[in-house]
Amino acid sequence: MLWSLVPDAAPSAPANPDEHSKLRAAFRDAGNWLLRLLLSPFVEVGALSKLLWESAFWGIRPPYRGRLFVEAMEFIGIGSIFLVSLTAVFVGGVLALQLVDGFRDFGAENQTGAVIGLALAREVGPVFAALMVTSRAGSAMTTELGSMRVTNQIDALVTMAVNPVQYLVVPRLVAGFVMVPVLTMLFNIVGVMGAFFVAVGLLGLDPGVFMDRLKWLVDWDDVSQGLIKAMVFGVAVTLIACRQGFYAKGGAAGVGRATNRAVVQSAIAILVLDYLVTGLVLGQGLL
Amino acid sequence: MKLFRRNLLRLTRASLPPGVKDDPIHVRIRDLHKSYGEHEVLKGVSLDIHRGQTNLIIGPSGSGKTVLMRQLIRLENPDSGQLIVNGIDFARLEGLNLAAMRRTFGMVFQMSALFDSMTVFDNVAFPLREHTDLSRTEIRDRVMDRLTGLGVAAAAQKLPAQLSGGMQKRVAVARAMILESEILIYDEPTTGLDPITTEMVDELITEAEEMFGVTSVVISHDMASVVRIANQLSFLHEGRIAATGTPEELLHTDHPATAEFIRASRISTT
Repeated sequence: MLWSLVPDAAPSAPANPDEHSKLRAAFRDAGNWLLRLLLSPFVEVGALSKLLWESAFWGIRPPYRGRLFVEAMEFIGIGSIFLVSLTAVFVGGVLALQLVDGFRDFGAENQTGAVIGLALAREVGPVFAALMVTSRAGSAMTTELGSMRVTNQIDALVTMAVNPVQYLVVPRLVAGFVMVPVLTMLFNIVGVMGAFFVAVGLLGLDPGVFMDRLKWLVDWDDVSQGLIKAMVFGVAVTLIACRQGFYAKGGAAGVGRATNRAVVQSAIAILVLDYLVTGLVLGQGLL
Repeated sequence: MKLFRRNLLRLTRASLPPGVKDDPIHVRIRDLHKSYGEHEVLKGVSLDIHRGQTNLIIGPSGSGKTVLMRQLIRLENPDSGQLIVNGIDFARLEGLNLAAMRRTFGMVFQMSALFDSMTVFDNVAFPLREHTDLSRTEIRDRVMDRLTGLGVAAAAQKLPAQLSGGMQKRVAVARAMILESEILIYDEPTTGLDPITTEMVDELITEAEEMFGVTSVVISHDMASVVRIANQLSFLHEGRIAATGTPEELLHTDHPATAEFIRASRISTT
């Protein structure tokens, strides 16, 4: 070959004959890893879509287990009332603190009630309610289903001719769809109460002006926009929690990893879906 | 709901060809293959499960016992091969037919797989509530009857976590048997149990067979159980059935891997 005519420039033979194959294997592994990383969001969305489709399919088929729906609603809804109320009071309060302070610079503090009402109804209420459901109920759902998976309880359902998606996933999805909007309304109401207390009780705003501006700017369209988002978030966070738990593997450590993934994915999904739904509702901001 | 249940029952019964109950072979496994990616675990398993007897499938760890069990009850779909149960190819069934056929089987998992959020009573009543129109009283009577028969009636209102391993196994057997399934599959029922509890579980398998006339399939690597309970014994080795027969025949086999397994387990062959 030409290289042999230029001895000094000829590539040296590998010291170890296995070196080339090791290098090739390392490149192949790195390539596979990168490919998996790039494809993983699509794989995840595909898996979630499949589970959603299966849930819709099994959700309309008998038997209908009313007790499971009530239990799931109680767990997601009633169980989250305290957490949602507590966060709503402080979120409303801190919004009032910031806005009164900011608006005072140009004499617009009377608009505080209106802006807080709008922010809570359209954005803060649904997003925070969904985040609270994720942190309390979503993580618990993943852990419960994950534990059932790794201890063969889901397999046991299958062997007893009970469809596990119908039995375990459908009631939770329906409960998320129904209860996250209810919790959003609760967040809105308690948030306004918290803001009212801080703005009127602590910072001396006129209560009549606060409520008048709130009623003047916030209408049903704003509230319904928030409720639509809450329904979407409710399905998304329960779907992600169920998907992660349902397909968990690797024992207790695997359940822990699944729970971690569920919380992270849910938080990201809430913020991404928030933008997409807002764009769809407002008819702008999307391609 | 009632129509769904009636359909399930109709399919279970109507699908039985005449005379199958007299067939001494309850399940015929033929050339069963299963791979995960490039790793082939089952490489053509062929085996007869004898009706009304305790059929043990033994083999070293990693030989494919649990994978075989998962195909047998269709927790996974085999790549190819046949699973003839009562004359019907179980491997080909889908949907409602598959759900109906699954009721032929009861499964006792290695760790019992009892629903930990339910009491013992609710665990055993679960299949009845799901698949029958029995009244509350009838369900209570049937569940308590089964729990009494297996000696765990006193634990009816306890949660599974409050029971010992042996008691959990008894409850798992009661749950698997409550729909009067014809075939009971036990996945490594004695793994991790002390010798006394192991002996109790072995007795339980024999009791269940004698009391309810079921066909038992026990997947295990515990050779001590072989001597105590097996009517039929098969040795699974590297994804294939390497030897099969009565325990007597297998204990004196000249098949090298089987003989080595028996020798290593220090079971007396005399």
